[in-house]
Amino acid sequence: MKLNTNTINKIAKLARIRLSEKEADEFLKDINSILDWVEQLNEVNTDNVEPLTNISSSALTKRRDENQDINSSDEILQNSPDKLEGYFAVPKVVE
Amino acid sequence: MEFQSISQLKLLLDDNKISVKEIAQTYIKKIKEKKDLNIFIYFNEDKIYDQVKLIEKISNDNSLKGIPIAVKDLFCTKNMPTTAGSKILENFNPTYESFVTQKLINQGSMFVGKTNLDEFAMGSATNTSYFGDTINPLSNEGSPLAPGGSSGGSAAAVAADLCLGATGTDTGGSIRQPASFCGVVGIKPTYGICSRWGIVAFASSLDQAGIFSKNVTDASILLKEMAGHDLRDSTSSNVKIPNFSENLNIDLKGKKIGIPKEYTIDGISDEINEVWEQAIKSLEQKGAIIEHISLPHTKYALPTYYIIAPAEASSNLARYDGVKYGHRAENAKSLDDMYELTRSEGFGKEVKRRILIGTYVLSAGYYDAYYLKAQKVRKLIADDFVKAFKECDLILTPTAPSAAFPLNEKQDDPIKMYLNDVFTVPASLAGIPGISIPYGKDKNGLPLGIQLLSKHFNEQEIFNAAFALEKDYE
Repeated sequence: MKLNTNTINKIAKLARIRLSEKEADEFLKDINSILDWVEQLNEVNTDNVEPLTNISSSALTKRRDENQDINSSDEILQNSPDKLEGYFAVPKVVE
Repeated sequence: MEFQSISQLKLLLDDNKISVKEIAQTYIKKIKEKKDLNIFIYFNEDKIYDQVKLIEKISNDNSLKGIPIAVKDLFCTKNMPTTAGSKILENFNPTYESFVTQKLINQGSMFVGKTNLDEFAMGSATNTSYFGDTINPLSNEGSPLAPGGSSGGSAAAVAADLCLGATGTDTGGSIRQPASFCGVVGIKPTYGICSRWGIVAFASSLDQAGIFSKNVTDASILLKEMAGHDLRDSTSSNVKIPNFSENLNIDLKGKKIGIPKEYTIDGISDEINEVWEQAIKSLEQKGAIIEHISLPHTKYALPTYYIIAPAEASSNLARYDGVKYGHRAENAKSLDDMYELTRSEGFGKEVKRRILIGTYVLSAGYYDAYYLKAQKVRKLIADDFVKAFKECDLILTPTAPSAAFPLNEKQDDPIKMYLNDVFTVPASLAGIPGISIPYGKDKNGLPLGIQLLSKHFNEQEIFNAAFALEKDYE
């Protein structure tokens, strides 16, 4: 077993996903079996192999770092569940 | 009324034998008749007639004028909502248009609606959507089949003749596998050939837009219009896009076709292997040379994928926090409380599972053992293909390990579900292009697909060989 109830709850906290006890148990079982299954990668010798981070065969293109003046705050706020005077509104953080 | 191809419909339009409005009416009627298949998340007649008014005014020189296209609900569209099949984006109205859909609009295409998909494109049956399951149009009455996934709605829309083309995205097989299940053509082009700008992100180093169509020629027409360089996606490639459909060449004389021995897998039905064998024979008869090749790291592709894709997903999906857009939980007592409740309510089970796996494999102390290891194995898998394409021009394999399975088949074992992508994931990890075309049927009359792969940006040769094979069933 890779994970136990404590670790699954810790990961859920990191991912900001609240789990019920029942969900935590189910995910624990699933994720442990998936982690056991991916263990087979340890059979592969990867000494001196560079990790592949970009699969694009062409070089990443660059663009000039130029200032663009776009006033789109109304558009950006349009989908916000709660907004106030041109800002996103969230539950009170500072008492 | 049924139109067989883009060129047929375009010719009727050019000869004034049909109007853009009549095309709209025809497809609206079809879509309404097939409502029970739950192919569309968003369908609105008024929005289609709004487009008709604009399309009527443009020149007939636009290659896709009036052509009905369905859009996977993972592409942001300015005039239609975009949900990614998730509750968390249930009420999201993008304020911008994705690169790919904008290109299709520019050529005069008509969007008939947004198609259903697995939530955030995570699945192989279009059964993890918040908006219900899509039914494969090839199902018999009373025994619904899965359309495959994640782009199951788009594949089903083409199969049910509700459009002449449908956009999809493919991260590990999400275009090719549903194309195989629904008996249509589906191409995932080279990573980087279509900009990802405006596509809801799942796993950014793998996500690639592509297209479903009724035939190879239409796929080649549509891909040319969707592809292109875009500064807003730094991984977008600056390459010249060939006129694929004009260049279609049926002559395969001397072309070398690789048959990888690792794609003969225990437990795969004889029917799948027989169809593969028939396609090999057909290519040989057309003058191609068959080469038996090896892709030695094939068996490690799935476990590699199921580390890399969830890792990237856990990072990409961190943006859904209930602040800027999408669902927000009510009655949260604090900011942290709001994040946790929002994400707990907004995401479905498969998405949560992948976020948790991704968070774990990226977490301190486990990064090297899982994520870095997987990236190294990914390099070996990509190198396998580089070596193989020194010996052959194309690789031919089955697309999926089975025909469409029943929709209600128990899916309680995630690993079993992940095996659906066994033939499609290696090419995704290598970023190479692949097509699935229908080729033969199983004993129940369900279509089986075969897959053609080639090296980066070699879509033309894929189209050529697919075009030649397609003729076997005309």
